[in-house]
Amino acid sequence: MDPLIFSILVMLAVVLLFMLPSAAVAVYAERRVSAFIQNRYGPNRVGPLGLFQPFADVIKLFFKEDIIPDKANRALYILAPMIPVATAIVTVAVIPFSEFVYITDLNIGVLFLLAVASLSVYGVTLAGWASNSKYSLLGGLRSAAQMISYELPMGVALASVILFAGSLSVVDIVGSQETWWNVFRNPIACIIFIVAAFAEANRTPFDLVEAEQELVGGFHTEYSSMKFGTFFLAEYMHVVIASMLITTFFFGGYHLPFAGYWLPEMGVIAKSVLDISVFLAKTTFWAFVFIWIRWTLPRFKFNQLMRIGWSRLLPLGIINFIVIAIILYYLG
Amino acid sequence: MLAEYGYVLMFLAIGCVFTAVTLLVAGLLRPNRPSPEKLMTYECGEEPVGSAWIQYNHRFYVIALMFLVFEVEVVLLFPWATVFQDMGWYAFWAMIVFVSLIFIGFLYELGKGALQWDKPQPQIPRYVEGVGVVPHHWKPESEVADVVGQPAANVSGSTQDTATE
Repeated sequence: MDPLIFSILVMLAVVLLFMLPSAAVAVYAERRVSAFIQNRYGPNRVGPLGLFQPFADVIKLFFKEDIIPDKANRALYILAPMIPVATAIVTVAVIPFSEFVYITDLNIGVLFLLAVASLSVYGVTLAGWASNSKYSLLGGLRSAAQMISYELPMGVALASVILFAGSLSVVDIVGSQETWWNVFRNPIACIIFIVAAFAEANRTPFDLVEAEQELVGGFHTEYSSMKFGTFFLAEYMHVVIASMLITTFFFGGYHLPFAGYWLPEMGVIAKSVLDISVFLAKTTFWAFVFIWIRWTLPRFKFNQLMRIGWSRLLPLGIINFIVIAIILYYLG
Repeated sequence: MLAEYGYVLMFLAIGCVFTAVTLLVAGLLRPNRPSPEKLMTYECGEEPVGSAWIQYNHRFYVIALMFLVFEVEVVLLFPWATVFQDMGWYAFWAMIVFVSLIFIGFLYELGKGALQWDKPQPQIPRYVEGVGVVPHHWKPESEVADVVGQPAANVSGSTQDTATE
């Protein structure tokens, strides 16, 4: 087969067989885990253990009437839901699933990830502005301020990761963690990155963008039908993506703990299977933590959110960066 | 190299086409019976008052400005961080000093309260029965002072503390 067509088919398979089901499973997991935490059953009627619940939801959303408010800006209103899904899917392109299995190895992978993360702000902000509803506007503005505020600590934390790896390529960063994961070498940056990832994914305790009790639905107040469904899908895709990024940058990606010391040489196939299962296990764990925290912690106030981002995480990240740079330069 | 970006572009295309097709299919399947009430923006059941496209708080703008300064700094850190161990001491300390300079400026701004989201309560004069309009820190005379000419310790303290919390 023509290699180009072949690679396109492989990519379609990755996206359709991995990203979409993972989002569906994340929705199902969220409802079951929340039910478990709150001592109720959760969805358990549709299919075995309620496993078909996400599909039933999607079918329902497909047949719902779609309402575009009179006063809304139609073009931006329709464009907005596409942005978060597209950015979520693009992110997967640079994440290595195994030593041999990755879509592409950009030599500026980290910059690319940060750029894509910035782009996803547009989806939420445009949705909030284009709806021409006061609740939506407030949600959109908050999201813009929140996401750009937490992008800085995230960038500084990633910069200190690059100090160890000496490369901007994501594949090289994972490779540098074969023996020591970054969480052991650089724990402060790890904490900063996890907090910032929660904020970037708009998850509790940072979900002021939605804040049901005060802003009705936040930026998606006016959205209905499949346009709402797309936002919903994007939210869970971003949870999965954030889990993958935490795994990739700080928890060794596809490496087992201290694998450099004890893991024997293996064949390509066996190594790939092992790597992918390790990577997926770690990603699942972090996705679970995302859900766990949502149903455990209450939401911050907006002034608290800004205070944590600007006057705690950012100075901490910069000091951490300088200290690590000096230690590595003189001792490393 | 170009081929690698080609993959990224393909993923972007897949993402856009996927959502566009989903929305299109949903558009073909669903009913469409608009009415003036349905097409109104939601405002808790009231008729919407005016447009939502209004001027909003300038603090969002300050945040965006600060973001710009630091994002440029962070992007500048990345290429340096990949090669800093191979460079001489001058290149190393130049960057450390540069980061420290921006960091000191940032601390100054923090100290000035530029990034403080919760501003103190406005100090508005109020009306008191039998006395008239008084400044915000006014207290009845019985609470003010025991010793003549020496005000009590918390003349304005208690009300202000709760207000700025």
